[in-house]
Parts: sequence; structure tokens; C-alpha cells
Amino acid sequence: MERPDQDWRFKIANREALIGCALAVFNFIWWYGFAYGLGSKPPEEYTYVFGFPAWFFWSCIVGVLVMIVLVMVVTKFFLKDVPFDEDEEGNQS
Amino acid sequence: MNWAVLGPLLGLLVIIFFIGIWSSRRMSDSSSFLSDYYLGNRQLGGLVLAMTMTATYGSSSSFLGGPGAAYDIGLGWVLLAMSQVVTGYFVLLVLGKKFAIVTRKMNSVTLIDFLKERYQSTTVVLLSAISVVVFLFSAMAAQWIGGAHLIESLTDLSYTGALFIFAVAVLIYVIIGGFRAVAVTDAMQGIIMFIGTLILLVAVVIAGGGVQNIFNDLVSENPNLVTPFGNDGSLSAAYVSSFWILVGVGVIGLPQVAVRAMSYSNSRSMHRALVIGTIVVGLIMLNMHLIGVFARPVLPGIEVADQVIPLIALETLPSWVAGIVLAAPMAAIMSTVDSLLLLVSSAVVKDIYINYVKPDATYKHVKKVSIGFTAIIGIIVFVMSVNPPELLIYLNLFAFGGLEAAFIWPVVFGLYWKYANKFGAISSMVVGIGSYIVIHLYNTANGELFGVHTVTFPVLFSLIAFVGFSLLFKREPFYFSLKQAK
Repeated sequence: MERPDQDWRFKIANREALIGCALAVFNFIWWYGFAYGLGSKPPEEYTYVFGFPAWFFWSCIVGVLVMIVLVMVVTKFFLKDVPFDEDEEGNQS
Repeated sequence: MNWAVLGPLLGLLVIIFFIGIWSSRRMSDSSSFLSDYYLGNRQLGGLVLAMTMTATYGSSSSFLGGPGAAYDIGLGWVLLAMSQVVTGYFVLLVLGKKFAIVTRKMNSVTLIDFLKERYQSTTVVLLSAISVVVFLFSAMAAQWIGGAHLIESLTDLSYTGALFIFAVAVLIYVIIGGFRAVAVTDAMQGIIMFIGTLILLVAVVIAGGGVQNIFNDLVSENPNLVTPFGNDGSLSAAYVSSFWILVGVGVIGLPQVAVRAMSYSNSRSMHRALVIGTIVVGLIMLNMHLIGVFARPVLPGIEVADQVIPLIALETLPSWVAGIVLAAPMAAIMSTVDSLLLLVSSAVVKDIYINYVKPDATYKHVKKVSIGFTAIIGIIVFVMSVNPPELLIYLNLFAFGGLEAAFIWPVVFGLYWKYANKFGAISSMVVGIGSYIVIHLYNTANGELFGVHTVTFPVLFSLIAFVGFSLLFKREPFYFSLKQAK
């Protein structure tokens, strides 16, 4: 029986959806780990990086930069170009 | 009347107006009016796609309410706001290429179109259309009110007068220009937001005597302001984390966001949008909310949260620069309202009227009805906003959470799970919205259930309902038929 779901583009799409989930999980762990790992002690014991409390600096500021770099790497090396329209209909713009 | 501040705002309106006219000109030579008016003929490039997603999503709550909350609560609220970074890449990656391919093949113009083809059920279509109209209508009203209050606070205009200017400006370009006008103005507004936020952050840091100085002031006022737990220590890790669902990954279920994931022209645009989107969302959210916290020592004693950003801009910047910076929240509001207006209109016109009332409508008729309904809906929202309810941010979040609980699973499973069927989709929507309302009422009366945001459990319940009912009723696999166009 023909299985249209086996379209080669869907395999790529499924893989990329999983990459998206993996990025989000990593993002969450980084964000949560630094925020509550470093931020849970009393404020008098905080250390500061560039004027910011260390928990905030690592969790939020570095966190954003890390995610930006990761997304760039993923986009460049892991995502594949696929055509959206197949031959028929000539909807090619 | 402060003309130095008003000048840039008026300039923004004029430019936007011309973009609307330009878009309606471009529309006249396309073959499918609906696809063009509601989806820009699927021709968005990477920059415009990233910006329109960010701008649609970043609304008055990110630009006025959010920083206002950060002003009161401190760094803990910035931490919470950073759960939104995930939206920059998650929606596009997860809906991604499969959504783009499938919706093209199905000729879907709206999210509900996709659900209709996927589940083959009138009930699903009507349920979705009604929830879109009801929830997004209230979200839209909240945004208009925010926009009018902003104009009111910057000028001597009355609330109604401000609302009128705002409504006319938005209505004109949405009605005549459709999705392309919305997307292109969103892109411009996104750039304004990005640059405006950056300028204001620098100005506030300078006014506060440097980052270190600002944090010293904050600690000496109340050390809790620099902890993740909020000014009174009540912001729990579980509560903050639950915002990852509400404003993070759950955003995938918002129709106004999801519809953008079918509007891009090719996979290269999508790749570019991923990178640009992550940068823009990340930096705007970080900067905007930090401004809120930093504003506290610079300008203490602001009572109304939504006033923090306008007041701090006027305080720290020369007035003509403040005008440009304050165009940012204005742009944020407009870019959200325009998308919602168009989406509500598409639900009424495409999903209800053309599906069930007049399927054989001619091009001319469709055009007349689309433009007419967009105008009527806009005018109704205007009338309702004249005498508005309070609590802008909550109204807005209520709408978002309810829609997420309703749509997230029907969209995601519809795309990736072949056993997903209409029984699952219907039960998931009913359970999602139903439990959202119940838990919302419970939480308002008794405090947050298990210390997490309202949205958490409805999303979980609707997941269970979806899987349960899909398997219970009809285990029949569904395949997207790509081989033969119908």
C-alpha cells in the first residue's frame, strides 16, 4: 500500500521538529539551573558579574546569547532546504 | 501639546498608511483574493516573517504591562519574561516545514482551514471559529485600550479621542492592505521596537549612573528586588516556570502565530527567520523588562504600571528621541491588533461564511465580504473599547491561555500523529477551554492552584482528552495525500 506519509520531506520535517523540542529543553534547563542554582541564596551573598547579580547574568543574559548561537549553528548545519511546492500547478512564484 | 513627542508618532502613522495603500495595489494582480488578503500569497521572506511573528506576539503586555510589573517586582519578573525567548525558534521549528508543505497542498489559508481538512468535521470548524472570535475579540479590545491610554498619556487628547485616532489608523491599513500590509508594517514596527528599546535601555543605565550603581540602589531599597523571587519573595520557581507554557512553548497554539508559519515563501526564508526571530525576541524581551527594573531607582514612586515606560522615556531622553522610542510600544500594540483583526475577520469570512453560507462566491463577492467584515469587526471593537473593563494584562492573558489550551494539541497532533481524529480534537478543545475557565475562576478566588499559572492544567487535561478520545473512538490512520491534488 502506498504510504504518502513517507514523503522524504516529512522525515526532514519530523527531525527538525524534534530539534526544536531539544533546543527548548536545553533552553529551559540553562535558564532554570542558573537562575535558581545561583539565585536561591540570600541576596547578601550574591556575587556580581559586570554589575549584574551572577544568577541573572548567567541565566538571562548569557542564556539569550547561548540560544542565539545555538539556533545559528542548528540552522547552518542541521536544517535542510526542501521545496514546498512539487512540480505540478506551477505555484513556484 | 508636546509636538516633539507627537511628531515621530504621527510620522509612524503616515508611513504605515502608505504601506497599506502599496499593499492593496499589489493585491490587484493576484489570482486568489483570499490567499492574498489573509496570507499575503505565502510570499514572506525571512526578515518580514521573523518580525511579523515577534511583533504579533509582542504586544502591549510586553511593552507596557510587562516592564511595569518588572518595576514593581524586580529581576524575578525579567526572569519570567525570558521564558519567551523560546518562541523565537520553537514555533517555526516545530510546525516547521511539514506545516508549510501540508497547508500548501490543502490550499489552507487559515489555521482553521487546516483543521477542517485534517479532521473533516464541521464541529471542529465551528468550535475553532467561535473560540477565535470570542477570545481574540477580547484580546483585541485590551490592545486598543492600551493603545488609547498610551496616546492619552502622551497628549492632551481625551481617552475617546485617542481611541478614535488609534482605531482609524489601524483600520485603514488593515482593511485595504490585508495580510501583506500587516506583515510589512509589522516588520517596520518590529525594527522600531528593537531600536527603541535599545536606545531607552542605554539612556536609563546612564541616568541611573551605571549598572552597578543601579543594583546598589535596588539592594538598599529592598534586596528582594534582585532575587528571582520578587519584591515580597512570593514568586515561586514553579509559578515562574509555568510561564514557559503560557508565553513560551504554548504560543504554538495561538492561531495568529500559527498562521504565520504557513505564510513564508521557501525554506531559506524560514531558516533566516529562525535566527532573526531568536535574536529579536531575546533582546527585546531582555531589554524591555530590564528597563522596567532599572527605572525604579531613576524615577521612584510611579503608581500605574503602564505609565512606567512613557514616563521613563520622557525623563531620560530628549523629547524628540522619546517620541521615536515611544513609537515602539505604539508599534507593538498596532502590530498585534492588526493581526488579530485580520484573523477574526478570516474566521468569520473564510471559515464560516464561505464554508457554510456561500461556497460558490465569486472573486468580487469574496473581496467585498472580506473587506466589509474586517471593517465591521474593527468598528465593533472600537465601540466596545470606548467604555472598557480594567486589568489589561489579565484580559490579554486570559485570551491567550484559553486559545492555547484549545488549539495546541489539535494543531500539533493533527500534524504529527496519524491517529489523531475529530473525536480527540473536539474533546481536547472543549476540555481545554472548559477547564481553563473553571481553573481561572478558582485561581482568581483562591490563589493559584498548586502554585502554577492557570494555563498549566488545561493544557495537560486537553492533552489527555485528545489522546484518550482519539484512541477510544476510531483508530484509523490519516495520511496527508500529497500525490494527487484534488
